[in-house]
Amino acid sequence: MVAFIIRRLLQAVLVMMAVGFVAFSLFAYVGDPVAIMLGQDFTEEARMRLVRDLGLDQPFFVQYFNFLVKAAQGEFGISYRLARPVSDLLMERLPATLELSLCAALLALLVGVPMGVYTGLNRDSFLSRLMLTVSLVGVSLPTFLIGILLILVFSVLLGWLPSFGRGTTVALGWWTTGFLTPTGLRALILPSITLALFQLTLIMRLVRSEMLEVLRTDYIKFARARGLSNRAINFGHALKNTLVPVITITGLQLGGIIAFAIVTETVFQWPGMGFLFIQSVSAADVPVMAAYLILIAFFFVLINLVVDLLYYAVDPRLRVDRGAAGGH
Amino acid sequence: MDKLSNRPLLEVKNLRVEFPTRRGTLVAVDDISFSIQPGEVLGVVGESGAGKSLTGAAIIGLLEPPGRVAGGEILLDGQRIDNLPYEKMRRIRGKEIGAVFQDPLTSLNPLYTVGRQLTETILTHLDMSESEARARAIGLLQDVGIPAPERRIDHYPHQFSGGMRQRVVIALALCANPRLIVADEPTTALDVSIQAQIITLIKRLCREHGTAVMLVTHDMGVIAETADRVAVMYAGRIAEIGPVRDVIQRAKHPYTEGLMGSIPKLGNAPARLAQIDGAMPRLTAIPKGCAFNPRCTKRFTPCTQLRPDPIPVGATDVACWLYDQTKKAAAE
Amino acid sequence: MDAVRRFVDSDVFYSFRRSPIIIAAAIVTVLFFAGAVFAPLIAPQNPFDLRQLNLMDSSLPPAWLPDGLPQYPLGTDTQGRDVLSTILFGSRISLLVGVFSVVFAMILGISLGLLAGYVGGTVDAVIMRVADVQLSFPAILIALLIDGVARVVIPRELHHDIAIYVLILAIGFSGWVQYARTVRGSCMVEKSKEYVQAARVIGRHPIAIMLQHVLPNVLGPVLVIATIHLALAIITEATLSFLGVGVPPTEPSLGTLIRIGNNFLFSGEWWITVFPGLALVVMVLAVNLLGDWLRDALNPKLR
Repeated sequence: MVAFIIRRLLQAVLVMMAVGFVAFSLFAYVGDPVAIMLGQDFTEEARMRLVRDLGLDQPFFVQYFNFLVKAAQGEFGISYRLARPVSDLLMERLPATLELSLCAALLALLVGVPMGVYTGLNRDSFLSRLMLTVSLVGVSLPTFLIGILLILVFSVLLGWLPSFGRGTTVALGWWTTGFLTPTGLRALILPSITLALFQLTLIMRLVRSEMLEVLRTDYIKFARARGLSNRAINFGHALKNTLVPVITITGLQLGGIIAFAIVTETVFQWPGMGFLFIQSVSAADVPVMAAYLILIAFFFVLINLVVDLLYYAVDPRLRVDRGAAGGH
Repeated sequence: MDKLSNRPLLEVKNLRVEFPTRRGTLVAVDDISFSIQPGEVLGVVGESGAGKSLTGAAIIGLLEPPGRVAGGEILLDGQRIDNLPYEKMRRIRGKEIGAVFQDPLTSLNPLYTVGRQLTETILTHLDMSESEARARAIGLLQDVGIPAPERRIDHYPHQFSGGMRQRVVIALALCANPRLIVADEPTTALDVSIQAQIITLIKRLCREHGTAVMLVTHDMGVIAETADRVAVMYAGRIAEIGPVRDVIQRAKHPYTEGLMGSIPKLGNAPARLAQIDGAMPRLTAIPKGCAFNPRCTKRFTPCTQLRPDPIPVGATDVACWLYDQTKKAAAE
Repeated sequence: MDAVRRFVDSDVFYSFRRSPIIIAAAIVTVLFFAGAVFAPLIAPQNPFDLRQLNLMDSSLPPAWLPDGLPQYPLGTDTQGRDVLSTILFGSRISLLVGVFSVVFAMILGISLGLLAGYVGGTVDAVIMRVADVQLSFPAILIALLIDGVARVVIPRELHHDIAIYVLILAIGFSGWVQYARTVRGSCMVEKSKEYVQAARVIGRHPIAIMLQHVLPNVLGPVLVIATIHLALAIITEATLSFLGVGVPPTEPSLGTLIRIGNNFLFSGEWWITVFPGLALVVMVLAVNLLGDWLRDALNPKLR
């Protein structure tokens, strides 16, 4: 158990270092930060001082190491575009993105998994075929288009729900939440649905195909031959075996939600990190891009770690050493 | 043993199993009849594709769609079971008819302990408390020869070796003390050394519990060792059925003769191993008349025209025109 | 002739003929490709030729609504461009980027897959590690990053000209992993077979022999991946263009059109956004349907 976690943690650190390297390369070699920060008029002396302050005169690996140390402390320098510390910018926008992603993830899971189970078990029913057809439309709808259509219907035509922003938020320490005010909650509805819909259809289709796969296995046939009730077979045996692949896929989907938050936030002008990132890409604001990359990678690594631990809880084959239990 | 009772435990009458495909209907099991007496071991032997596994699946009511029973009857204790609704048949499976599948590695759910799989089966069919079921499960594991069952019951399938897993599978089939077990190639996936142990185990358990067994296999050696009677299947039909001694030592159907010739015997070793020319026809191209006629060395006129029905010869029934006196006489 | 007869008799063609939805999807896909290729010939107007535009005709609704004009069946945008024509030209860009990024991903993926499967060892480990890490990041993020970096590295004037190529590379690069995995798997199976060993003896280069045997084996799966990938690539392109980091507005794809139209949603000119959006969804849906069907048809076990 401990060895397993340590191995996973080491892998996570390696991935983070690799991403850090990409981010650092961006930072150090893409564009000329000195020229950008100095603007039009500068003296040679000012330039030299800035180069020294930024540590740009030092060897590559020293710079990389310094970058990692600073990144670990949450320091990513100053935004070229907004001339403010990148960490402040991200921190301000983190709650908005996380609250949106959480709502979308819950929606996608709580609706997608049951629908997948239903269509897997009743593969030939009319409702299943309908859901499957609709889901293909769902997979074919780009996230931004879903957002636009929802805005068109619910904001422009019906005028029921707001089309942009977070509504009124309440500050809890440094965290600002939209969960506590009616306008904040109303503002969450359309973006959450937009963000969840694509993932929801994917999760449903994947759970369904895993379910079908498991229902074809010998142990399910054998369970039928033992005369177990359908309930016990479907929900006891099949569903539990479906869980293992579904957990992986869901983990990946959660990552997808964080990435597609960029699109949703742009459509709804949601003041989150994704919106900030897009603005930074358009303005070539490298420090923000690099920091966002590292932060996202951190979330991904975290999700993967949780997924691995969940595996461990579900699948006994990982828990017990085959040899130790004795053979023939 | 109760071989004198005149009503068979299981009767299969004119069973026909079909697979509809886009190129027409394939008849995988064609009009076969046999019966199993209480406590009897019936071996069913044949090449793969002969329809023997499908016959087993039809009996436990688990033919995989689109396969279906298209005709005939299956009776358990004189009651038809082939047309029962799913829920009624489910109560018979595991309780009256147990099943053992080919591959013990895939027959057990990897995510549950063997104890949980045993107790859930016991509780499904028998009116017991949890602790009684667990005690029975330990007893069953002991019965099938698993050492230290009190400890092993809480282990997961992957912690058992292949042979041990097949013992667990057999224990699962015995959970509710069924009167018939359909065992589909129970030893094929195992090492040769383990095969003998499993065969001995099945024989012993049947004797002790008075359980009848339908043993489906392609291995004539296993049949010779275990079965009381044997049915030889070819291209979806029964070629010959009779007491195991008669069929093995005095095979009547030319196909059975060829099949016997392919097992090397100790003692009077033949000069060469007899071999049957050609291969079993595919279901899409079963020849007219006797399905075996293109490969048969004793073929004569009626074989290519009419399909032979089983003809009693001594204790055996043989589906071969050689034993029809009028046809034979007409030909000579 | 024989090949044709065998195809018509095959299970794949049989399941094709049996499903009206799939036939419809195939027709729609073909129509979109034809429309894209022949856009300059069949479009009522060249929306990028300023001389053909009439500002007096700007913001007209579709022809069946009051104020609509019959020569603009789907209405016009605020510049007086015919929406139907912009859709035809937009699909052209969308499909161009989609198809070429799929081709790029395919070539990259198959090469790396062959390399990993054939050489094995460290090379295999490195390639598959990179694949694992990349797979845990959504394709859109990778494409966005590559595009963002290119934007910084390449001078602005030049970037404008090569934006489409950058986009193709970015989307293509984000999708190679699945091809590589499939090819690697098949390659490892083939490698252990005797004919590859035998090839060394008779002096043929084993890689040549393997190409000859591996490629036919992976043709089916690769075709399925490519079809589904095409749908995804079109969506990714549209999304990037919608975010304003894709193709330049002078050569708008469907995504760009939707982005431009989105600004006029609140003033009631919904047709500027909705029709390009509809075209995008129908196109992607048709390709997805084909991919879905192809996967099932080539994999009878799943039916």
